[in-house]
Amino acid sequence: MEAQTKAGDLRECMVLDHVNYVYGAGTAYEKHALQDINLVLRKGEFIGLIGHTGSGKSTLVQHLNGLITPTSGHIYYRGNDIGAADYNRKELRGKVGLVFQYPEHQLFETTVVKDVAFGPKNMGLSQLETDMRTFAALKEAGVSETLYDASPFELSGGQKRRVAIAGVLAMQPDILILDEPTAGLDPRGRDEILERIAKIHDEGDRTVILVSHSMEDVAKYASRLIVMNGGRVFCDGTPKEVFEAYKELEDIGLAAPQVTYLSEALKNAGIALPYNATTVEEAKELLLADWRGGGR
Amino acid sequence: MKKNMLFTDKLVFEYIRRDEEGNVESITRALDEVNLEVKRGEFVAILGHNGSGKSTVAKHINALLSPTEGAVFVNGMDTKDEEHLWDIRRSAGMVFQNPDNQIIATVVEEDVAFGPENIGIPTEEIWRRVEESLAAVGMTAYRTHSPNKLSGGQKQRVAIAGIMAMRPDCIVLDEPTAMLDPVGRKEVIRTVHELNKNEGVTILLITHYMDEVIDADRVIVMDGGKVVMQGTPRAVFSQVERLKEYRLDVPQVTELAYELKKKGVPMPDGILTVEEFTAAYCTAKGKLQESRG
Repeated sequence: MEAQTKAGDLRECMVLDHVNYVYGAGTAYEKHALQDINLVLRKGEFIGLIGHTGSGKSTLVQHLNGLITPTSGHIYYRGNDIGAADYNRKELRGKVGLVFQYPEHQLFETTVVKDVAFGPKNMGLSQLETDMRTFAALKEAGVSETLYDASPFELSGGQKRRVAIAGVLAMQPDILILDEPTAGLDPRGRDEILERIAKIHDEGDRTVILVSHSMEDVAKYASRLIVMNGGRVFCDGTPKEVFEAYKELEDIGLAAPQVTYLSEALKNAGIALPYNATTVEEAKELLLADWRGGGR
Repeated sequence: MKKNMLFTDKLVFEYIRRDEEGNVESITRALDEVNLEVKRGEFVAILGHNGSGKSTVAKHINALLSPTEGAVFVNGMDTKDEEHLWDIRRSAGMVFQNPDNQIIATVVEEDVAFGPENIGIPTEEIWRRVEESLAAVGMTAYRTHSPNKLSGGQKQRVAIAGIMAMRPDCIVLDEPTAMLDPVGRKEVIRTVHELNKNEGVTILLITHYMDEVIDADRVIVMDGGKVVMQGTPRAVFSQVERLKEYRLDVPQVTELAYELKKKGVPMPDGILTVEEFTAAYCTAKGKLQESRG
């Protein structure tokens, strides 16, 4: 209903309307994995999706491209119900690109180029169109040209992951979902992938959804955070709003970035910053301002 | 020197790649004259980026790999002596990254019992060990559960219990938390510290999460197959720029203190915790106020 009444504003969005999902209904393992999810995911947003293991984040993202259909409720993409019998879900999977955890396990072709071309080729695109999309995606994902003819299995962890991301970008999705894209990478590899994702977001008009365990990472890159707990949306807001409630986050097994705790500790020691920092950069600005105005 | 728990003497390891005819195609030197000493009861952390050689060191310690040059001694035994192989593997247990690859039984207690059973320990003694090991990692409540219903952190603790049941002198953990969520990471690190303190087990923790090593006795940094830094966590984390060169990072408060110092705020090097930062900043500000009268 909501989706119809606000159709004008919501034409560009993904809307989840009272979505529920139950695993193994009627068996001993019945689990209510998603409970009454209502969300509007807007075009161009950079969303951080957080929550501990089993909170429902992965189930949620699998709903967004129709890999799982809700037990009840509706999901609308650009005003159309993706659960409708006549909805083209194959096309939807091209529009909503999902990069799974450890995506490099899904590389299988003999060369990097062939692997990335697999998706567009499978869509039945012409050779020319396939090539154009493949090379554009490789460039966008930051894969060096010297690696194009290499076997994907010879690459380093970070490079493999970029090739896997290119494979999804070659489908030219409007929404790009990455499920823990930095798991298992070292700190520099992690920063390189995240900077690349930020660039992909900033240079296009895609919606990016970053599923992560790292509060530091989502605080740095996302403009909106959705926190899941027990299959429900626990809170939804800017990083500043969400981390302001760090005590509630701790109750559900999460934590704020270390600099947020530092801001609180300084407040208790009589040094009140205008607001709690969520990134190192922010904390640095706040403390330098405090230092320069010091002596009073 | 052989009295040390672990000791490596100019350890070199080369991966040799051959073509189809068996001719050598390339040689990669994964470890380049690594000298390590870990004392009995010590908690040592090895940091390094992917490909720095830290896992190759780990695989030498329980003789999964054999040195190309140099030697590795575990509990005084040379890992090249095949007659010591089983003693070495019992003495130095290993925990790997993926919890799902390390659990074999369908019930937690049976999984923990697998090791001692395999070396012919009498049944009563096995049960005693299973009980003690599960208690040591805080998993007694789950002893009759199925491992595949456990969280990642719980599975890693079961894997650690399985090793404890072998009564090891030393446990080598190769990125045990890389696939866990923050809660699971804390559980595993806390468990490892408890084993070190309460049971006196020597710990070699390999990781690239900096916040996991601030409580270690000693930190070793590896890069390009060599040991490049070594010292207390504070001494190592004082060198922010160098760590960044080695593709590592530091806790947020350490980085913040370093950045402020560069801008002229007199912060000490090697701040490791929120409390230390707060105290140091308050002191600095107090002095500033005094100087301005």
